[in-house]
Amino acid sequence: MKVTIPIGPQHPALKEPISLRMTVDGEVIKDADIRLGYNHRGMEKLAEEKTWIQNIYLTERICGICSHSHATCFVQGVEKLMEIEAPRRGQYIRYLVSELERVHSHLLWLGVAGHEAGFDSFFMYTWRDREIVMDLLEMISGNRVHYAINTLGGVRRDVDETQRAKILGSLDTLRKRTEYYLMIGANEPSFVARLSRVGYLSKEDAVALCAVGPTARASGVAQDVRKDDPYGIYGEVPFEVCTADSCDVLGRTVVRVKELLQSYNIIEFLMKNLPEGPIAVKAPRKAKPNEVVSRYEAPRGENIHYIKSNGTDKPERLKVRAPTLANYAATVKMLKTGFIADIPLIFAAIDPCICCAERTVEVVDARSGEERILRFSDLRRMAGERFEKISQKRNTAWPF
Amino acid sequence: MAVLRTILYLLVYPGILFLFVYSTFAEWFDRKVYARLQNRMGPTHTGRWGLLQPIADFVKLMSKEDIVPERADKRLFTLLPIFGLAIVSTAGLLLPVWNFDLSAPGFTSFPGDVIILLYLLSLPTLIFFLAGWSSTSFFSTIGATRVLTMLFGYEVPLFLSVLSPALLAGSWRLAEIARFYQEKPLLILPNLLGFVVALIAVQAKLERTPFDIPHAETEVVGGTFTEYSGKKLAFFRLMTDVEMVVSAGLLATVFLGGFPGGALLGFAQFVAKTLVIIFFLSLMRALTSRIRVDQVVSFAWKYLAPLAVVQLLIVILIKGFLS
Repeated sequence: MKVTIPIGPQHPALKEPISLRMTVDGEVIKDADIRLGYNHRGMEKLAEEKTWIQNIYLTERICGICSHSHATCFVQGVEKLMEIEAPRRGQYIRYLVSELERVHSHLLWLGVAGHEAGFDSFFMYTWRDREIVMDLLEMISGNRVHYAINTLGGVRRDVDETQRAKILGSLDTLRKRTEYYLMIGANEPSFVARLSRVGYLSKEDAVALCAVGPTARASGVAQDVRKDDPYGIYGEVPFEVCTADSCDVLGRTVVRVKELLQSYNIIEFLMKNLPEGPIAVKAPRKAKPNEVVSRYEAPRGENIHYIKSNGTDKPERLKVRAPTLANYAATVKMLKTGFIADIPLIFAAIDPCICCAERTVEVVDARSGEERILRFSDLRRMAGERFEKISQKRNTAWPF
Repeated sequence: MAVLRTILYLLVYPGILFLFVYSTFAEWFDRKVYARLQNRMGPTHTGRWGLLQPIADFVKLMSKEDIVPERADKRLFTLLPIFGLAIVSTAGLLLPVWNFDLSAPGFTSFPGDVIILLYLLSLPTLIFFLAGWSSTSFFSTIGATRVLTMLFGYEVPLFLSVLSPALLAGSWRLAEIARFYQEKPLLILPNLLGFVVALIAVQAKLERTPFDIPHAETEVVGGTFTEYSGKKLAFFRLMTDVEMVVSAGLLATVFLGGFPGGALLGFAQFVAKTLVIIFFLSLMRALTSRIRVDQVVSFAWKYLAPLAVVQLLIVILIKGFLS
């Protein structure tokens, strides 16, 4: 007997609204369908109303976990448009926050993976250690989630000697714990049994479906914007691109844990070689008419911002391609094999950030299956028509 | 006097009142151990050290809105939690506790009561299946089929491993089995393998991690209990707690020598031994990740069942050696 079970828009495995329609036969998945559009926020349109400086704080709010990724991606692009460059000390601090954010995001993901696999102890441990990074970020920027450290032409806060010592000191604890998690993730029998050979995505499929980030790297595609197209200071920082060949959720876990260890090395390098000098240069108020594409390796994969300026102090157009969107096609492919028990794991393994990726409202006609994109005015008209059609309830008397 | 004693036995100790209080305490203990193993505090707020938290949860659930799905079989849906609680409480009566004297046995001790107890502990699984099935929601139905699928895995190893100490003792009466091991404590050791198998099987029966597959929240929402709320859910939760205490009591009786020493000492032994077993169950819950339902069945038949048979073999060899 084939049934279609709805995972979402509201489901305990999902922290954000998305709808997965899974057609199952008993416990085995036969087909998967993914429906988006539950969380449209109109941010790109809003960006056109705001100045370059205001937009930094807007783009920061595209995502709660990789807030710095979107802000940095935007700032990099705008700096290119304005033809300025942040001083080296400013860049070091900017990418220090980037790497700390990657660490906290990956630790968070490890916990989520543990929770989805029903391994709550792992979840509690990784989130405890994530607090170390959160405290560091708070110490550097004053905030735990939206660090607001970027500004056009540099960063807003400097790092002093005591902070530097504290960051370097915390790295030891984090390294030790991460090695322990690598040991657990690769050796705990029930955990490995749940993760290995789940959500298979071959190397060819990963390339064909344009998977990005750890999802692609776990399928053996050594793809990392920091290496392929080095931005900022990444050209001078020694690090390795971590890959795995197992092409499954276990591989994605291992890749993320290895990336944690690489990030610790990068942070150590940045802190030990922090150059002297100013942290920011003054940025002009307006940008010349031009357009730019900014690429950034977010914890979840490649993040792309397209920015077009028209000579005013506001962008003409901002287009955001969040990494989650790039991974959806691969997710559908991965979901089509396996068991019901694998759904949350496979879906969580791309580290989905649904609200980052939501852009348009697509309406599917339930009867004909016809899909069309609606404008806000259409939706308002439809709501009006529907409201008029509703007949008044009989026997409803005004209570007073 | 005998009537009064029977009523006390049924209602107070070890009947429904004691089972309620003790099973909530056991839940608190389990939660506390689980939390401490996860670097958390666990319940702290209600009562001293959070001791009253499970009772507070129960009371709160009882006061919540009670919803019965439109398409559910309403009578079955409503009766199942009550049946379930009644069944596991009845099973609790069969445990040889409270000043138990073999020379003057009560009505709850008779040859073959270990079989009855195992049978009564199998029924909750059926209750869970029916509860999920009668809810008619997708998630409940999947949970219900998972309950039954798992049953095929762990039930046989559980029976084999619990019956092998009985075989060694030469009796199918819980009180006599316990007495046998009280007299020959060294013979507890050969049963260790069976004890481990039984612990894992009981963990599966109680549907706790790594076997919490029927109500794995990230996969099937509430699973079997998706549609249950309010009083009915409270009863199911209490039922699971009582089932945990009774299963721990059963394991303590057949593997750890029962609860000798009269009313007070016997009670102390009951508490200590069941808590040790619940501690092991919590440990298992904290240290593992949930496995898939097909992995449960293959694990049970590849490892648990053969180990239980090996245990049976050991018992038969020792029995031959002893005679």
